[in-house]
Amino acid sequence: MNVDLRNTGRMLKFDERADRVVPPTGFTARLTLFSAFAMAFLAVFALALSLAAGRVADRWGNELAQSSTLRISAPAGEVATQTEAALRVLRTTPGIVDARALSLEEQRALLAPWFGADLPIDDLPLPQLIDITETDDGYDAAGLRLRLAAEAPAAVLDDHARWRRPLIDAAARLRLLGWAAILLIATATAAMVTLAANAALAANAQVIAVLRLVGATDTYIASAFVRRFALRALTGAAFGTLLGIVALFLVPSGSDTAGVLTDLSIQGVGWVWVVLIPPLSGLVAFLATRYAAGRVLEELA
Amino acid sequence: MIELENVAYSYGGGELLTDMTLSVAPGSFHFLTGPSGSGKTTFLKLCYGALQATGGHVRLFDRDVRGLSRDDVALLRRKIGVVHQDCQFLDHLPVTENVALPLTVSGQDPNASDANLKELLAWVGLTSRAGALPPELSGGERQRAALARAVIMSPDVILADEPTGNIDWEMSQRLLTLLVELNRMGKTILVATHDLGLIRAAKAQVQTRVLRISNRRLQMAGADL
Repeated sequence: MNVDLRNTGRMLKFDERADRVVPPTGFTARLTLFSAFAMAFLAVFALALSLAAGRVADRWGNELAQSSTLRISAPAGEVATQTEAALRVLRTTPGIVDARALSLEEQRALLAPWFGADLPIDDLPLPQLIDITETDDGYDAAGLRLRLAAEAPAAVLDDHARWRRPLIDAAARLRLLGWAAILLIATATAAMVTLAANAALAANAQVIAVLRLVGATDTYIASAFVRRFALRALTGAAFGTLLGIVALFLVPSGSDTAGVLTDLSIQGVGWVWVVLIPPLSGLVAFLATRYAAGRVLEELA
Repeated sequence: MIELENVAYSYGGGELLTDMTLSVAPGSFHFLTGPSGSGKTTFLKLCYGALQATGGHVRLFDRDVRGLSRDDVALLRRKIGVVHQDCQFLDHLPVTENVALPLTVSGQDPNASDANLKELLAWVGLTSRAGALPPELSGGERQRAALARAVIMSPDVILADEPTGNIDWEMSQRLLTLLVELNRMGKTILVATHDLGLIRAAKAQVQTRVLRISNRRLQMAGADL
Protein backbone atom coordinates (compact mmCIF):
# COMPACT_ATOMS: atom_id res chain seq x y z
CA MET A 1 0.00 0.00 0.00
CA ASN A 2 2.82 2.40 0.91
CA VAL A 3 4.65 1.54 -2.31
CA ASP A 4 1.42 2.11 -4.22
CA LEU A 5 0.92 5.55 -2.69
CA ARG A 6 4.56 6.43 -3.36
CA ASN A 7 4.13 5.41 -7.01
CA THR A 8 0.94 7.50 -7.24
CA GLY A 9 2.89 10.48 -5.91
CA ARG A 10 5.60 9.95 -8.50
CA MET A 11 3.03 9.71 -11.27
CA LEU A 12 1.50 13.05 -10.35
CA LYS A 13 4.82 14.86 -10.00
CA PHE A 14 5.41 17.17 -12.92
CA ASP A 15 8.56 16.21 -14.83
CA GLU A 16 9.12 18.05 -18.08
CA ARG A 17 11.93 15.79 -19.28
CA ALA A 18 9.99 12.63 -18.48
CA ASP A 19 6.95 13.99 -20.32
CA ARG A 20 9.07 14.61 -23.43
CA VAL A 21 10.00 10.95 -23.82
CA VAL A 22 6.51 10.13 -25.08
CA PRO A 23 5.92 11.65 -28.52
CA PRO A 24 2.91 13.95 -28.99
CA THR A 25 -0.26 11.97 -29.69
CA GLY A 26 -2.55 14.35 -31.55
CA PHE A 27 -5.65 12.21 -32.09
CA THR A 28 -5.89 10.70 -28.62
CA ALA A 29 -5.11 14.11 -27.13
CA ARG A 30 -8.05 15.69 -28.92
CA LEU A 31 -10.30 12.70 -28.14
CA THR A 32 -9.58 12.88 -24.41
CA LEU A 33 -9.89 16.65 -24.34
CA PHE A 34 -13.23 16.59 -26.16
CA SER A 35 -14.63 13.66 -24.12
CA ALA A 36 -13.77 15.38 -20.85
CA PHE A 37 -15.20 18.66 -22.16
CA ALA A 38 -18.52 17.09 -23.26
CA MET A 39 -18.87 14.95 -20.15
CA ALA A 40 -18.19 17.85 -17.79
CA PHE A 41 -20.78 19.94 -19.66
CA LEU A 42 -23.37 17.16 -19.22
CA ALA A 43 -22.31 16.63 -15.62
CA VAL A 44 -23.10 20.28 -14.80
CA PHE A 45 -26.65 19.78 -16.10
CA ALA A 46 -27.11 16.44 -14.35
CA LEU A 47 -25.88 18.05 -11.15
CA ALA A 48 -28.18 21.06 -11.59
CA LEU A 49 -31.13 18.71 -12.23
CA SER A 50 -30.34 16.66 -9.18
CA LEU A 51 -29.93 19.70 -6.94
CA ALA A 52 -33.10 21.32 -8.31
CA ALA A 53 -35.08 18.11 -7.74
CA GLY A 54 -33.76 18.02 -4.19
CA ARG A 55 -34.84 21.60 -3.58
CA VAL A 56 -38.29 21.01 -5.04
CA ALA A 57 -38.76 17.85 -2.97
CA ASP A 58 -37.79 19.74 0.18
CA ARG A 59 -40.05 22.68 -0.65
CA TRP A 60 -43.07 20.55 -1.51
CA GLY A 61 -42.50 18.47 1.56
CA ASN A 62 -42.22 21.48 3.88
CA GLU A 63 -45.05 23.51 2.39
CA LEU A 64 -47.54 20.71 2.17
CA ALA A 65 -46.58 19.08 5.43
CA GLN A 66 -47.71 22.14 7.40
CA SER A 67 -51.11 22.63 5.85
CA SER A 68 -54.34 20.65 5.48
CA THR A 69 -57.78 21.22 4.04
CA LEU A 70 -61.16 20.43 5.50
CA ARG A 71 -64.07 20.07 3.05
CA ILE A 72 -67.69 20.47 4.20
CA SER A 73 -70.00 18.73 1.73
CA ALA A 74 -73.47 19.14 3.22
CA PRO A 75 -76.94 20.15 1.97
CA ALA A 76 -77.17 23.92 1.43
CA GLY A 77 -79.01 24.59 4.68
CA GLU A 78 -76.48 22.77 6.86
CA VAL A 79 -73.19 24.08 5.45
CA ALA A 80 -72.96 27.09 7.74
CA THR A 81 -73.78 25.08 10.89
CA GLN A 82 -71.35 22.33 10.08
CA THR A 83 -68.66 24.85 9.17
CA GLU A 84 -69.06 26.55 12.54
CA ALA A 85 -68.90 23.20 14.32
CA ALA A 86 -65.83 22.12 12.38
CA LEU A 87 -64.03 25.42 13.10
CA ARG A 88 -64.76 25.00 16.82
CA VAL A 89 -63.24 21.52 16.75
CA LEU A 90 -60.22 22.65 14.79
CA ARG A 91 -59.47 25.63 17.02
CA THR A 92 -59.36 23.40 20.06
CA THR A 93 -57.20 20.74 18.48
CA PRO A 94 -53.54 20.68 19.64
CA GLY A 95 -51.09 21.08 16.77
CA ILE A 96 -53.30 23.46 14.74
CA VAL A 97 -52.16 27.08 14.63
CA ASP A 98 -55.01 28.45 12.60
CA ALA A 99 -58.20 27.31 10.81
CA ARG A 100 -59.98 29.63 8.40
CA ALA A 101 -63.01 29.14 6.16
CA LEU A 102 -62.27 30.31 2.62
CA SER A 103 -64.48 33.11 1.31
CA LEU A 104 -66.49 32.71 -1.89
CA GLU A 105 -63.98 34.96 -3.67
CA GLU A 106 -61.05 32.76 -2.62
CA GLN A 107 -62.89 29.63 -3.78
CA ARG A 108 -63.67 31.36 -7.09
CA ALA A 109 -59.96 32.19 -7.49
CA LEU A 110 -59.09 28.54 -6.93
CA LEU A 111 -61.49 27.43 -9.66
CA ALA A 112 -60.66 30.24 -12.10
CA PRO A 113 -57.71 28.42 -13.80
CA TRP A 114 -60.13 25.65 -14.88
CA PHE A 115 -63.50 27.37 -15.35
CA GLY A 116 -62.63 31.02 -15.96
CA ALA A 117 -63.11 34.12 -13.79
CA ASP A 118 -66.84 34.53 -14.62
CA LEU A 119 -67.96 31.31 -13.04
CA PRO A 120 -71.43 31.78 -11.39
CA ILE A 121 -70.21 30.22 -8.18
CA ASP A 122 -73.35 31.14 -6.24
CA ASP A 123 -75.41 28.74 -8.37
CA LEU A 124 -73.13 25.76 -7.83
CA PRO A 125 -73.36 23.37 -4.86
CA LEU A 126 -69.74 23.88 -3.97
CA PRO A 127 -68.38 22.47 -0.72
CA GLN A 128 -67.04 24.91 1.88
CA LEU A 129 -63.26 24.69 2.23
CA ILE A 130 -61.39 25.35 5.48
CA ASP A 131 -57.66 26.04 5.35
CA ILE A 132 -55.73 24.57 8.28
CA THR A 133 -52.27 25.73 9.32
CA GLU A 134 -50.32 23.30 11.48
CA THR A 135 -47.51 23.64 13.97
CA ASP A 136 -44.13 22.07 13.09
CA ASP A 137 -45.09 18.92 14.98
CA GLY A 138 -48.52 18.71 13.31
CA TYR A 139 -51.70 17.24 14.79
CA ASP A 140 -53.17 13.81 15.43
CA ALA A 141 -55.11 13.27 12.16
CA ALA A 142 -56.83 10.07 13.31
CA GLY A 143 -58.06 11.70 16.53
CA LEU A 144 -59.28 14.79 14.65
CA ARG A 145 -61.24 12.65 12.18
CA LEU A 146 -63.01 10.91 15.07
CA ARG A 147 -63.99 14.25 16.68
CA LEU A 148 -65.17 15.66 13.34
CA ALA A 149 -67.25 12.55 12.66
CA ALA A 150 -69.07 13.23 15.90
CA GLU A 151 -69.53 17.01 15.67
CA ALA A 152 -69.43 17.83 11.91
CA PRO A 153 -70.20 14.61 10.04
CA ALA A 154 -70.16 16.34 6.65
CA ALA A 155 -66.51 17.36 7.10
CA VAL A 156 -63.80 15.48 5.22
CA LEU A 157 -60.21 16.05 6.33
CA ASP A 158 -57.53 16.06 3.63
CA ASP A 159 -54.08 16.22 5.24
CA HIS A 160 -52.42 16.17 1.74
CA ALA A 161 -50.59 12.92 2.54
CA ARG A 162 -52.39 11.11 -0.29
CA TRP A 163 -50.89 13.27 -3.05
CA ARG A 164 -47.94 14.76 -1.21
CA ARG A 165 -46.16 11.41 -0.93
CA PRO A 166 -46.08 10.63 -4.71
CA LEU A 167 -44.83 14.15 -5.45
CA ILE A 168 -42.02 13.89 -2.95
CA ASP A 169 -41.21 10.37 -4.18
CA ALA A 170 -41.10 11.64 -7.78
CA ALA A 171 -38.78 14.50 -6.86
CA ALA A 172 -36.55 12.14 -4.87
CA ARG A 173 -36.36 9.76 -7.83
CA LEU A 174 -35.50 12.65 -10.12
CA ARG A 175 -32.70 13.58 -7.74
CA LEU A 176 -31.50 9.97 -7.74
CA LEU A 177 -31.64 9.92 -11.55
CA GLY A 178 -29.46 13.03 -11.60
CA TRP A 179 -26.80 11.35 -9.47
CA ALA A 180 -27.10 8.15 -11.53
CA ALA A 181 -26.50 10.26 -14.64
CA ILE A 182 -23.39 11.76 -13.03
CA LEU A 183 -22.15 8.27 -12.18
CA LEU A 184 -22.77 7.13 -15.75
CA ILE A 185 -20.97 10.20 -17.08
CA ALA A 186 -17.96 9.41 -14.86
CA THR A 187 -18.00 5.78 -16.02
CA ALA A 188 -18.27 6.79 -19.68
CA THR A 189 -15.39 9.26 -19.20
CA ALA A 190 -13.29 6.50 -17.65
CA ALA A 191 -14.15 4.15 -20.54
CA MET A 192 -13.24 6.71 -23.18
CA VAL A 193 -10.00 7.73 -21.48
CA THR A 194 -9.08 4.05 -21.07
CA LEU A 195 -9.66 3.48 -24.79
CA ALA A 196 -7.66 6.57 -25.74
CA ALA A 197 -4.84 5.64 -23.34
CA ASN A 198 -4.84 2.07 -24.66
CA ALA A 199 -4.53 3.36 -28.21
CA ALA A 200 -1.74 5.76 -27.25
CA LEU A 201 0.18 3.06 -25.37
CA ALA A 202 -0.22 0.51 -28.16
CA ALA A 203 0.90 3.08 -30.74
CA ASN A 204 3.98 3.75 -28.63
CA ALA A 205 5.07 0.13 -28.17
CA GLN A 206 8.42 0.99 -29.77
CA VAL A 207 8.92 3.93 -27.41
CA ILE A 208 8.15 1.66 -24.47
CA ALA A 209 10.68 -0.90 -25.76
CA VAL A 210 13.38 1.80 -25.96
CA LEU A 211 12.59 3.09 -22.49
CA ARG A 212 12.79 -0.41 -21.06
CA LEU A 213 16.07 -1.00 -22.87
CA VAL A 214 17.66 1.99 -21.11
CA GLY A 215 16.40 0.94 -17.68
CA ALA A 216 13.06 2.75 -17.29
CA THR A 217 10.78 1.20 -14.70
CA ASP A 218 7.13 0.51 -15.49
CA THR A 219 6.16 3.19 -12.97
CA TYR A 220 8.23 5.75 -14.88
CA ILE A 221 6.77 4.73 -18.26
CA ALA A 222 3.19 4.71 -16.94
CA SER A 223 3.74 8.13 -15.33
CA ALA A 224 4.53 9.79 -18.63
CA PHE A 225 1.18 8.63 -20.04
CA VAL A 226 -0.85 9.05 -16.84
CA ARG A 227 0.20 12.68 -16.32
CA ARG A 228 -0.56 13.53 -19.91
CA PHE A 229 -4.07 12.06 -19.91
CA ALA A 230 -4.97 13.39 -16.45
CA LEU A 231 -3.91 16.90 -17.50
CA ARG A 232 -5.91 16.71 -20.73
CA ALA A 233 -9.02 15.51 -18.88
CA LEU A 234 -8.59 18.27 -16.30
CA THR A 235 -8.28 20.92 -19.01
CA GLY A 236 -11.21 19.60 -21.06
CA ALA A 237 -13.41 19.27 -17.98
CA ALA A 238 -12.56 22.80 -16.82
CA PHE A 239 -13.75 24.27 -20.12
CA GLY A 240 -16.81 21.96 -20.20
CA THR A 241 -17.78 23.00 -16.68
CA LEU A 242 -17.35 26.67 -17.51
CA LEU A 243 -19.56 26.37 -20.58
CA GLY A 244 -22.12 24.36 -18.58
CA ILE A 245 -22.33 27.14 -16.00
CA VAL A 246 -22.80 29.76 -18.73
CA ALA A 247 -25.54 27.61 -20.30
CA LEU A 248 -27.28 27.27 -16.92
CA PHE A 249 -27.46 31.03 -16.62
CA LEU A 250 -29.17 31.11 -20.04
CA VAL A 251 -31.98 28.77 -18.91
CA PRO A 252 -35.08 30.97 -18.24
CA SER A 253 -35.68 31.22 -14.51
CA GLY A 254 -39.12 30.55 -13.03
CA SER A 255 -41.30 32.55 -10.65
CA ASP A 256 -42.42 31.63 -7.15
CA THR A 257 -44.12 28.56 -8.57
CA ALA A 258 -40.88 27.41 -10.16
CA GLY A 259 -40.53 23.68 -10.68
CA VAL A 260 -37.55 21.47 -11.59
CA LEU A 261 -37.22 22.62 -15.18
CA THR A 262 -37.46 26.34 -14.45
CA ASP A 263 -35.18 26.23 -11.43
CA LEU A 264 -32.05 24.66 -12.93
CA SER A 265 -29.72 26.88 -10.98
CA ILE A 266 -26.82 26.04 -8.69
CA GLN A 267 -27.14 27.50 -5.24
CA GLY A 268 -25.11 27.55 -2.03
CA VAL A 269 -23.03 24.45 -1.38
CA GLY A 270 -24.09 23.13 -4.81
CA TRP A 271 -21.21 25.22 -6.21
CA VAL A 272 -18.76 23.02 -4.31
CA TRP A 273 -19.94 20.06 -6.41
CA VAL A 274 -19.58 22.09 -9.61
CA VAL A 275 -16.05 23.18 -8.72
CA LEU A 276 -15.21 19.53 -8.02
CA ILE A 277 -16.15 18.39 -11.55
CA PRO A 278 -12.77 19.22 -13.25
CA PRO A 279 -10.53 17.69 -10.53
CA LEU A 280 -12.79 14.63 -10.33
CA SER A 281 -12.54 14.26 -14.12
CA GLY A 282 -8.75 14.47 -13.81
CA LEU A 283 -8.85 11.83 -11.08
CA VAL A 284 -11.04 9.53 -13.20
CA ALA A 285 -8.62 9.98 -16.14
CA PHE A 286 -5.66 9.33 -13.84
CA LEU A 287 -7.12 6.05 -12.57
CA ALA A 288 -8.30 4.98 -16.05
CA THR A 289 -4.90 5.65 -17.65
CA ARG A 290 -3.10 3.95 -14.79
CA TYR A 291 -5.28 0.88 -15.28
CA ALA A 292 -4.71 0.92 -19.07
CA ALA A 293 -0.95 1.44 -18.64
CA GLY A 294 -0.72 -1.46 -16.19
CA ARG A 295 -2.48 -3.76 -18.63
CA VAL A 296 -0.55 -2.71 -21.74
CA LEU A 297 2.84 -2.79 -19.99
CA GLU A 298 2.02 -6.28 -18.73
CA GLU A 299 1.13 -7.38 -22.27
CA LEU A 300 4.29 -5.85 -23.72
CA ALA A 301 6.55 -7.41 -21.08
CA MET B 1 28.45 -10.23 -13.06
CA ILE B 2 26.30 -12.25 -15.41
CA GLU B 3 25.86 -15.92 -14.61
CA LEU B 4 23.75 -18.46 -16.43
CA GLU B 5 23.22 -21.87 -14.90
CA ASN B 6 21.57 -24.58 -17.02
CA VAL B 7 19.42 -21.93 -18.64
CA ALA B 8 16.74 -22.92 -21.13
CA TYR B 9 14.33 -20.77 -23.05
CA SER B 10 11.19 -22.02 -24.77
CA TYR B 11 8.74 -20.12 -26.89
CA GLY B 12 5.58 -21.26 -28.65
CA GLY B 13 6.06 -24.86 -27.51
CA GLY B 14 9.59 -25.17 -28.90
CA GLU B 15 12.84 -24.95 -26.97
CA LEU B 16 15.09 -22.29 -28.52
CA LEU B 17 17.98 -22.54 -26.08
CA THR B 18 18.89 -25.34 -23.68
CA ASP B 19 21.36 -26.15 -20.94
CA MET B 20 23.31 -22.91 -21.19
CA THR B 21 25.90 -22.30 -18.53
CA LEU B 22 28.18 -19.27 -18.54
CA SER B 23 29.91 -16.99 -16.10
CA VAL B 24 30.94 -13.61 -17.47
CA ALA B 25 33.87 -12.37 -15.40
CA PRO B 26 34.44 -8.64 -14.78
CA GLY B 27 36.67 -7.02 -17.40
CA SER B 28 36.37 -9.88 -19.89
CA PHE B 29 35.65 -9.53 -23.61
CA HIS B 30 33.31 -12.17 -25.04
CA PHE B 31 32.11 -12.76 -28.55
CA LEU B 32 29.00 -14.80 -29.18
CA THR B 33 28.67 -16.23 -32.64
CA GLY B 34 26.46 -18.64 -34.48
CA PRO B 35 24.32 -18.80 -37.59
CA SER B 36 21.34 -16.49 -38.10
CA GLY B 37 18.36 -17.66 -36.07
CA SER B 38 20.53 -19.66 -33.69
CA GLY B 39 19.32 -17.59 -30.70
CA LYS B 40 22.08 -15.00 -30.19
CA THR B 41 19.62 -12.15 -29.62
CA THR B 42 17.50 -14.31 -27.31
CA PHE B 43 20.64 -15.20 -25.35
CA LEU B 44 21.57 -11.52 -24.97
CA LYS B 45 18.03 -10.66 -23.89
CA LEU B 46 18.29 -13.31 -21.17
CA CYS B 47 21.57 -11.69 -20.11
CA TYR B 48 19.97 -8.29 -19.50
CA GLY B 49 16.65 -9.50 -18.13
CA ALA B 50 14.48 -8.57 -21.11
CA LEU B 51 13.39 -12.21 -21.27
CA GLN B 52 12.79 -14.62 -18.42
CA ALA B 53 14.47 -18.03 -18.70
CA THR B 54 11.98 -20.90 -18.75
CA GLY B 55 14.54 -23.17 -17.10
CA GLY B 56 17.66 -22.76 -14.98
CA HIS B 57 18.85 -19.55 -13.34
CA VAL B 58 20.07 -16.20 -14.64
CA ARG B 59 21.92 -14.13 -12.05
CA LEU B 60 22.72 -10.47 -12.69
CA PHE B 61 25.11 -8.94 -10.20
CA ASP B 62 24.47 -11.87 -7.83
CA ARG B 63 20.69 -11.52 -7.96
CA ASP B 64 18.47 -14.21 -9.46
CA VAL B 65 16.30 -12.51 -12.09
CA ARG B 66 13.46 -14.98 -11.56
CA GLY B 67 12.54 -13.58 -8.15
CA LEU B 68 12.66 -9.93 -9.17
CA SER B 69 9.81 -7.61 -10.15
CA ARG B 70 9.95 -5.90 -13.55
CA ASP B 71 10.89 -2.62 -11.88
CA ASP B 72 13.73 -4.33 -9.98
CA VAL B 73 15.03 -5.83 -13.25
CA ALA B 74 14.84 -2.36 -14.81
CA LEU B 75 17.01 -1.00 -11.99
CA LEU B 76 19.57 -3.76 -12.56
CA ARG B 77 19.51 -3.05 -16.29
CA ARG B 78 20.91 0.41 -15.60
CA LYS B 79 24.21 -1.31 -14.83
CA ILE B 80 24.19 -2.90 -18.29
CA GLY B 81 24.59 -0.90 -21.48
CA VAL B 82 22.90 -2.43 -24.51
CA VAL B 83 23.58 -1.73 -28.19
CA HIS B 84 21.03 -3.21 -30.59
CA GLN B 85 21.51 -3.96 -34.28
CA ASP B 86 18.53 -1.70 -35.08
CA CYS B 87 19.66 0.72 -32.36
CA GLN B 88 16.13 1.65 -31.17
CA PHE B 89 15.91 5.38 -30.59
CA LEU B 90 13.12 7.78 -29.76
CA ASP B 91 12.78 9.34 -33.20
CA HIS B 92 11.18 12.56 -31.94
CA LEU B 93 14.16 13.46 -29.73
CA PRO B 94 17.55 14.73 -30.97
CA VAL B 95 20.71 12.66 -30.60
CA THR B 96 21.77 14.47 -27.41
CA GLU B 97 18.53 13.64 -25.63
CA ASN B 98 18.57 10.06 -26.91
CA VAL B 99 22.11 9.57 -25.65
CA ALA B 100 21.12 11.10 -22.30
CA LEU B 101 17.96 8.97 -22.06
CA PRO B 102 19.37 6.53 -19.44
CA LEU B 103 20.13 9.56 -17.22
CA THR B 104 16.62 10.93 -17.76
CA VAL B 105 14.80 7.70 -16.90
CA SER B 106 16.94 7.20 -13.80
CA GLY B 107 15.96 10.64 -12.52
CA GLN B 108 19.36 12.28 -13.04
CA ASP B 109 19.63 15.70 -14.58
CA PRO B 110 21.30 15.36 -18.01
CA ASN B 111 22.24 19.06 -17.84
CA ALA B 112 24.36 18.31 -14.77
CA SER B 113 26.33 15.84 -16.88
CA ASP B 114 26.54 18.18 -19.84
CA ALA B 115 30.34 18.11 -20.02
CA ASN B 116 30.33 14.36 -19.81
CA LEU B 117 27.71 14.20 -22.57
CA LYS B 118 29.72 16.45 -24.87
CA GLU B 119 32.85 14.44 -24.18
CA LEU B 120 30.98 11.25 -24.98
CA LEU B 121 29.62 12.62 -28.25
CA ALA B 122 33.14 13.74 -29.19
CA TRP B 123 34.48 10.27 -28.30
CA VAL B 124 32.04 8.61 -30.74
CA GLY B 125 32.56 11.40 -33.30
CA LEU B 126 29.02 12.78 -33.21
CA THR B 127 29.58 16.32 -31.91
CA SER B 128 28.40 17.87 -35.15
CA ARG B 129 25.31 15.63 -35.21
CA ALA B 130 24.18 16.33 -31.64
CA GLY B 131 21.02 18.16 -32.70
CA ALA B 132 20.03 15.75 -35.46
CA LEU B 133 17.04 13.45 -35.15
CA PRO B 134 17.78 9.68 -35.31
CA PRO B 135 16.13 9.17 -38.73
CA GLU B 136 18.61 11.72 -40.12
CA LEU B 137 21.64 9.64 -39.05
CA SER B 138 23.55 7.13 -41.18
CA GLY B 139 23.84 3.49 -40.06
CA GLY B 140 27.31 4.05 -38.59
CA GLU B 141 26.24 7.21 -36.79
CA ARG B 142 23.26 5.40 -35.30
CA GLN B 143 25.52 2.60 -34.02
CA ARG B 144 27.91 5.08 -32.45
CA ALA B 145 25.04 7.03 -30.90
CA ALA B 146 23.69 3.75 -29.50
CA LEU B 147 27.12 2.98 -28.03
CA ALA B 148 27.31 6.45 -26.47
CA ARG B 149 23.87 5.89 -24.94
CA ALA B 150 24.94 2.46 -23.68
CA VAL B 151 27.95 3.84 -21.80
CA ILE B 152 26.60 7.15 -20.46
CA MET B 153 25.67 5.60 -17.12
CA SER B 154 29.17 4.08 -16.84
CA PRO B 155 27.74 0.58 -16.78
CA ASP B 156 29.87 -2.37 -15.70
CA VAL B 157 28.79 -4.48 -18.67
CA ILE B 158 28.15 -3.63 -22.31
CA LEU B 159 26.14 -6.02 -24.47
CA ALA B 160 26.07 -5.46 -28.22
CA ASP B 161 23.82 -7.33 -30.62
CA GLU B 162 25.22 -7.40 -34.17
CA PRO B 163 26.58 -3.86 -33.76
CA THR B 164 28.24 -3.95 -37.17
CA GLY B 165 25.39 -5.62 -39.00
CA ASN B 166 24.31 -2.56 -40.97
CA ILE B 167 27.58 -0.66 -41.39
CA ASP B 168 30.61 -0.82 -43.67
CA TRP B 169 34.02 -2.29 -42.78
CA GLU B 170 35.68 1.01 -41.96
CA MET B 171 32.86 2.02 -39.64
CA SER B 172 32.78 -1.40 -37.97
CA GLN B 173 36.54 -1.09 -37.26
CA ARG B 174 35.91 2.30 -35.69
CA LEU B 175 33.18 0.82 -33.52
CA LEU B 176 35.43 -2.08 -32.54
CA THR B 177 38.12 0.37 -31.50
CA LEU B 178 35.61 2.05 -29.19
CA LEU B 179 34.61 -1.31 -27.68
CA VAL B 180 38.25 -2.27 -27.15
CA GLU B 181 38.89 1.09 -25.48
CA LEU B 182 35.98 0.44 -23.13
CA ASN B 183 37.33 -3.02 -22.31
CA ARG B 184 40.74 -1.52 -21.52
CA MET B 185 38.93 0.83 -19.15
CA GLY B 186 37.75 -2.26 -17.27
CA LYS B 187 34.31 -2.71 -18.79
CA THR B 188 32.98 -6.19 -19.48
CA ILE B 189 31.99 -6.63 -23.12
CA LEU B 190 29.78 -9.26 -24.73
CA VAL B 191 29.21 -8.91 -28.47
CA ALA B 192 26.88 -11.13 -30.49
CA THR B 193 27.99 -11.19 -34.12
CA HIS B 194 28.28 -13.41 -37.16
CA ASP B 195 31.05 -11.15 -38.48
CA LEU B 196 34.15 -13.38 -38.16
CA GLY B 197 36.36 -10.58 -39.51
CA LEU B 198 35.36 -8.42 -36.56
CA ILE B 199 36.26 -11.21 -34.13
CA ARG B 200 39.67 -11.72 -35.72
CA ALA B 201 40.34 -7.99 -35.67
CA ALA B 202 39.43 -7.86 -31.99
CA LYS B 203 41.63 -10.84 -31.11
CA ALA B 204 44.53 -8.96 -32.57
CA GLN B 205 43.98 -6.10 -30.10
CA VAL B 206 42.64 -7.65 -26.92
CA GLN B 207 42.22 -10.98 -25.18
CA THR B 208 38.81 -12.39 -26.08
CA ARG B 209 36.76 -15.47 -25.48
CA VAL B 210 34.59 -16.70 -28.33
CA LEU B 211 31.37 -18.63 -27.70
CA ARG B 212 29.18 -20.27 -30.29
CA ILE B 213 25.52 -21.25 -30.18
CA SER B 214 25.07 -24.50 -32.02
CA ASN B 215 22.11 -26.88 -31.83
CA ARG B 216 20.52 -24.66 -29.16
CA ARG B 217 23.55 -25.10 -26.89
CA LEU B 218 26.43 -22.84 -25.91
CA GLN B 219 29.91 -24.04 -26.87
CA MET B 220 33.43 -22.69 -26.89
CA ALA B 221 34.41 -21.79 -30.46
CA GLY B 222 37.20 -23.65 -32.20
CA ALA B 223 40.79 -22.53 -32.60
CA ASP B 224 40.06 -21.27 -36.13
CA LEU B 225 38.68 -18.18 -34.44
